[in-house]
Amino acid sequence: MKRQFSRLLIAGCTALLLTPTSQAQGNPEQGASLVTRGDGSGAPCMACHGPDGGGNAAAGFPRLAGLDADYLAKQMQDYNAGRRVNAVMQPNVDNFSDQQLRDIAAYYSELPIPMSSSSSNAGDKALAMGQKLAESGDWDNNIPPCSTCHGPGNRGVGNAFPALAGQHPSYIKQQLEAWRSGQRTNDPNQLMTAVAERLSPEQIDAVAAYLGSLSASTR
Amino acid sequence: MKIRLFTSLFAGLLVSNAVLSAEPAVPVKLPDFKEGQYVHQAPTVEDLMNSDKIHPELKKVILRGRDMFMNTQQFRGEYVFNDMNCKSCHMGEGRRNWSAPVWPAATTLPDFRGKNQHVNSLEERIAGCFSFSMNGTPPAYGSDDMLAMVAYHKWLATGAPMYEKNIGGRGFSHLGKEKPELDYNRGKAVYTENCAICHGDNGQGQHKDGEVVFPPLWGDASYNWGAGMTRVFTAASFIKNNMPLGKPGSLTDDEAWQVANYINSQERPQDPRYTGDVKETREKYLNFHKHTNYGTVVNGKLLGDHENTGSKPFLKPDALRPRTFD
Repeated sequence: MKRQFSRLLIAGCTALLLTPTSQAQGNPEQGASLVTRGDGSGAPCMACHGPDGGGNAAAGFPRLAGLDADYLAKQMQDYNAGRRVNAVMQPNVDNFSDQQLRDIAAYYSELPIPMSSSSSNAGDKALAMGQKLAESGDWDNNIPPCSTCHGPGNRGVGNAFPALAGQHPSYIKQQLEAWRSGQRTNDPNQLMTAVAERLSPEQIDAVAAYLGSLSASTR
Repeated sequence: MKIRLFTSLFAGLLVSNAVLSAEPAVPVKLPDFKEGQYVHQAPTVEDLMNSDKIHPELKKVILRGRDMFMNTQQFRGEYVFNDMNCKSCHMGEGRRNWSAPVWPAATTLPDFRGKNQHVNSLEERIAGCFSFSMNGTPPAYGSDDMLAMVAYHKWLATGAPMYEKNIGGRGFSHLGKEKPELDYNRGKAVYTENCAICHGDNGQGQHKDGEVVFPPLWGDASYNWGAGMTRVFTAASFIKNNMPLGKPGSLTDDEAWQVANYINSQERPQDPRYTGDVKETREKYLNFHKHTNYGTVVNGKLLGDHENTGSKPFLKPDALRPRTFD
């Protein structure tokens, strides 16, 4: 009880100190220590997602730094509830409480975005195809542009449409394929499933390479 | 699961969506074209760039028109006083069937229009969109900007027969004009479940870095009470064949009607044709407003009974004027 009160107090003070954001319930300072410790039964978050939250391009581990806190929290909650299935992630977050998940999400959302390290070896032709998909879509195949939902520069919109700009192409590709095959299904209203299943493998490679090449921040 | 996996592997080899679409999780359900209809395949921007038959100067003008169409917000406070772009309603660059493709305006006008009871040119038709859907005022007739818009429309119509009116996928009316029984709360439930994630709980839309991402569906920054989209049948057909984005045809006809009615039961900027009295205005333009909720009482409130023009500092653009040959 006492502990809960002090936690509330910390959360309250943090909320006062920080500029108001949608992740007011998450405590980034608590999150900072959780990402180095892990949930007790698995690897700590930073082992794969990097000390700067930049992820790992070669392994296909996503960058988390600067992503929306509510989006991140929902993904971890979905792992724990079986709505998103990943053999690596699940055991690493299953002992975290809901509050701890929100703390971790708050921590990552406030980390500065590291310089993108995901230069791909995609050629100009693939990048041009990716740019067309991202910004103009392929309407004749019922594929709207990524930016209609993921926003200007595909830097993300609100808590349902995550930033794609500067994300590792390996991760974007892996996720598009997961939606396409029906392995990932935790998108709201099947909005991503609908688009992903219409993409050809060539389009997936192209759009992943292009999105990864974009700057993750407006600066 | 196994079948799916096999299918996607197979599709991977063929680099084809056709195989996958045998059993998609979210099928695209668009209406069939009727027999005898003209079905247009509008050119793409790649066709334009690759064409050696179009003068480079004309290419520039067409691309200017396309840019105006796609990013109409660049004229915010000049031609546009709400959060809309042309492409907000005319999806797929104005080329897409069942999404009010804009090229038919270039092949079916001049013609008499019921909405303003006179013969309209293509420029006047474009002016209508700016005046109502964009809650603004059009580029001046004959101006460079208007020429660019006209050039974009006419180029999209390349190859279409002049004055052919039996066009497949034209406009927003395939559900017909006869309304089913409409219920505000049923519409609200459809909205909450399918639309709010993008357009917001209060229809306010969403913005990012100062840009409109999801346009507002009502309120000051949305289309005004004179826009075609305020007609419930128009909105119903638009929604049925275009919304939620990427899922055409996923709502039932009834869901589309109910949610169109719910959206068009909310307040929005005044009809530029407002006479100073909403009931009088409704009566005067009843051929249009018999399809809208303007000037009717919804949830105890008379809709359109105000002088609010949104961020537009005037009511009626000068471009909206009658024409007679008497």
